[in-house]
Amino acid sequence: MSNSLFGVHGAALQIRGERMGVLTSNIANAATPGYKARDIDFAAALQAKLGGASEGRAVETATRYRVPLMSSLDGNTVEMATEQAAFAENAVAYSATLEFLQGRVEKVTRALRGE
Amino acid sequence: MPGPLNPPMTMFQLGHRAMSAQLVRMNAAASNLANAGSVAATEGEAYRPLRAVFAEQLDRVTGMRSVRVDAIQRSDVAPVKQHQPGHPLADENGDVWVSPVDENEEMVEMLEASRQYRNMVEAMSTAKQLMLETMRMK
Repeated sequence: MSNSLFGVHGAALQIRGERMGVLTSNIANAATPGYKARDIDFAAALQAKLGGASEGRAVETATRYRVPLMSSLDGNTVEMATEQAAFAENAVAYSATLEFLQGRVEKVTRALRGE
Repeated sequence: MPGPLNPPMTMFQLGHRAMSAQLVRMNAAASNLANAGSVAATEGEAYRPLRAVFAEQLDRVTGMRSVRVDAIQRSDVAPVKQHQPGHPLADENGDVWVSPVDENEEMVEMLEASRQYRNMVEAMSTAKQLMLETMRMK
């Protein structure tokens, strides 16, 4: 039901939310020795989700380790610039998806009211 | 297992833990700076710099990885022997032991900790804003 109402945007918002958690984890572990940064391949996760996979499964299959531009001595692969850029991009995309959802809800509400 | 008493981790808890960890690190650097140049009578008593060591902590329910302070270690740098016969703590040879704190290193450590702390605050406030927007959606 909710799928047909929100279409692709409902799934997209969930994955954007998950990705925000992953990127926040990276930022939190910027100084942890041996920590390997990871990220969600959004396109792959969305495709898996639309293909009928559960949210957890879709995110799991699309999670990748980040390849650092320069490796550090303590084995940590978090690079602040990369993480910040990815976080900002994700936040903007989240907002955009939310905007689409909001538009959809408004449209349906108007139709229900018969205006 | 998640339940009412043990809810899955939220982004705010993650931010809180990361900020606490950075605060411990900052306190360690501040202690080191405060003890820079302090003097002891023997090599064993001399102050040695503290270092916080972080470790990642996985929340199995959400898959988020938070951070905890694994240990606070004393670095094994040898104290510097100085010949000061007039010093009240000097031994029979007239030597005292000065703590081996590198001020530059501590300042860099502090700067890095504060930057990462600020980054976390920024990420948390963005996440909060997006959550509020989602909540207010009509």
